[in-house]
Amino acid sequence: MVLKVFFPSCCSSAESGILIGRWISEQNSAVILAVVHFPFIPVQVKQYLSEVQRVTKVSVSVLGSWSNSKQEKEKSLSEFLEDLGTIFSHEPWIQISRQGDSKFWSCSTLQKHSNNPKEEEIILVYYDQRKVMLSHLHPPLATDPKADDASKLSAIFDTVAKSKILFMTDRYDDGPIKLTHWQSDGVEASIIVELMKQASVPACLLLTFLLSLISGICRSRVLKFWPLSFLWSKLSICEQLGHRLQHLQVISSNKKAQNQTQLMRKANIFVSLLIDVALGVLLMSWLYRKNRIGHLADTLIPMADHVAEELQDLLQWLMGAPAGLKMNRALDQVLGRFFLYHIHLWISYIHLMSPFIEMILWYVGLSACLGLTVALCILSDIIALLTFHIYCFYVYGARLYCLKIYGLSSLWRLFRGKKWNVLRQRVDSCSYDLDQLFIGTLLFTILLFLLPTTALYYLVFTLLRLLVVIVQGLIHLLVDLIDSLPLYSVILRLCRSYRLAAGVKFRVLEQQDGKPLRLLMQINPLSYGSVVQTYRLPTYSCYPRDSWTSLCKKLFLGELIYPWKHKGEKQD
Amino acid sequence: EERRYRSASGAPIALRRRQHSASCRELAVRCPRLQLRSLSAVTSAVWLAAYGLFVLSENSMVLSSAIFITLIGLIIYLHFVKIDQESLLVIGSLGIQVTSSYASGKESTTFIEMSQVKDVVINEAIHMQKVIYYLCILLQDPGDPQGVSEVVPLFQSSKPRLDCLIEVYKSCQEILEQRKTAPQSS
Repeated sequence: MVLKVFFPSCCSSAESGILIGRWISEQNSAVILAVVHFPFIPVQVKQYLSEVQRVTKVSVSVLGSWSNSKQEKEKSLSEFLEDLGTIFSHEPWIQISRQGDSKFWSCSTLQKHSNNPKEEEIILVYYDQRKVMLSHLHPPLATDPKADDASKLSAIFDTVAKSKILFMTDRYDDGPIKLTHWQSDGVEASIIVELMKQASVPACLLLTFLLSLISGICRSRVLKFWPLSFLWSKLSICEQLGHRLQHLQVISSNKKAQNQTQLMRKANIFVSLLIDVALGVLLMSWLYRKNRIGHLADTLIPMADHVAEELQDLLQWLMGAPAGLKMNRALDQVLGRFFLYHIHLWISYIHLMSPFIEMILWYVGLSACLGLTVALCILSDIIALLTFHIYCFYVYGARLYCLKIYGLSSLWRLFRGKKWNVLRQRVDSCSYDLDQLFIGTLLFTILLFLLPTTALYYLVFTLLRLLVVIVQGLIHLLVDLIDSLPLYSVILRLCRSYRLAAGVKFRVLEQQDGKPLRLLMQINPLSYGSVVQTYRLPTYSCYPRDSWTSLCKKLFLGELIYPWKHKGEKQD
Repeated sequence: EERRYRSASGAPIALRRRQHSASCRELAVRCPRLQLRSLSAVTSAVWLAAYGLFVLSENSMVLSSAIFITLIGLIIYLHFVKIDQESLLVIGSLGIQVTSSYASGKESTTFIEMSQVKDVVINEAIHMQKVIYYLCILLQDPGDPQGVSEVVPLFQSSKPRLDCLIEVYKSCQEILEQRKTAPQSS
């Protein structure tokens, strides 16, 4: 079978020595991790390797010899290297040698206990050690994550990633072993990262303390009384604040992230919060400059007045002959006057509040510094409050219509001599008395002829309500987008694309006859779509709650619709 | 070496075979290049339409937006749609690598490991009123040794005809057979 040797490209110019790494026998491949230079004592090398093996659980061993001679090949050196093969017994013993600055190396194996002495082909694959160590391989989503025959590539990535401790000793250490690997010129570290790590511990403690205080207040009994709890459940801002509080708890927890997914999740939440607060502060500074809040408050009351006037015109139109349809005069007048009085009450209420609007808006606008999502939720709640009368009208119209439809269907059954059997959940025939039939038919006729009027009011107010719901829905969509977008992963994919690997790609380098095949292994980064799909943060809303057919059915029957429900609330 | 063939729609394509070593082969199919006359035809059509709109509406924004749209459209076409070359790199005992290079230089690569590859076959497909042949890689189902979990079609935008596909198929099978004859490791 073909022998594959994975050689780190940083060791190409290393001095002569022996190769250490891992031998994967099922795939007949050798992953070379470092080169140990002369002089060394074999016993110490073996000791060191067994220690490394104990810590990293990777079976590191001496795989072969590496000779990098600037002059012509020295006979004695080659014999010396072959003798090393007897000291460190490894089957097969790989010998790689490089002459001067030549690109083409010669690679041979020494098999002592082999049955077939034929020459097997050798493939030399160069890899970038630092990138392979830092990268995280994402298996394709379709495969079973616990497939037993793990792919060859993940074995290689694992080997390099787990051997971190091997890369900690560099050339300047005074130990008995002198290694060459990607960090042999000195261990890399960033001072900013170290400082942040030191500063993060007390910051996390402080944050945890504050959060426990806040959640204690939130859970106190004072806020659980009926009107307040109902209010909190209806306002979307409370939901969003609770969600963000949860996020903060995740970040400030003391436990270190166990695996890659948790680490990315924490980082994504952190960056998302940061960007959110930055955008919120930006919005706030824009709003408070040039007293825009004052202008907003000034236009709010006339806008509410305008909406109310439009509604009044609409009702006057309905009370007349809307679109040429002839309404039942008495019912029309009753419904129209009722709704008009309601609007009149609403307008007086708004006018009562108008001197305080500016101050309320000013203080409420300050909470935009908690984040852009919070500001958007406040906007959605303000819209909901301002159009509360539309919601009320919709509920009145829907209930009236629903009552009418149920009455009609039940009396229609009576008209035909049938009855709904609640026990058996089906329609059964039934013999009614004459007076029952008489009253029933009378009521049925009345309800039937009053149907167009009620239906028209219901239709108009449902359309208005749907309009408001669509506007609120769009705002919530935007909030969800900001909440769930994994910004840190996207930026990582942009700047350090080798960290998120979908696989590898091979490039064939220059070949020379008689020398082994040379390939370069590079990391194939994940596509942006897969990055977003793998790392998106979960949100608290689920849509669509109803399918289109059930929505239409509910509208037809007059049942109340709540298209944007949250995950925590119980179903209707 | 390079040989000329025809694609399924009649356009001329070229197949280049290179043997890097006994167990490594590269097969590249080069698609027909972007024609200058089709490019100029589309551009002049768009600009004529924009000029007609400009004469009707007297708004110079129409002209500048037409130029903008043409440029952006050309860039998107070259970077995301027009494939210049599709190649197959078969490395015995490592895997099969499928690369598509776009006209703007972008390359999109997929590497399939040899343990996942069940076989490389030529399949027939009925497309509208034609029957076309395409080469595809069958992936092994990890649970079922006889089953196929996925079919990966190759050379989808150059669509070579059967004669070209047979050449590619023979080259691939020579390398795939090696893994059947030597599975015993020492």
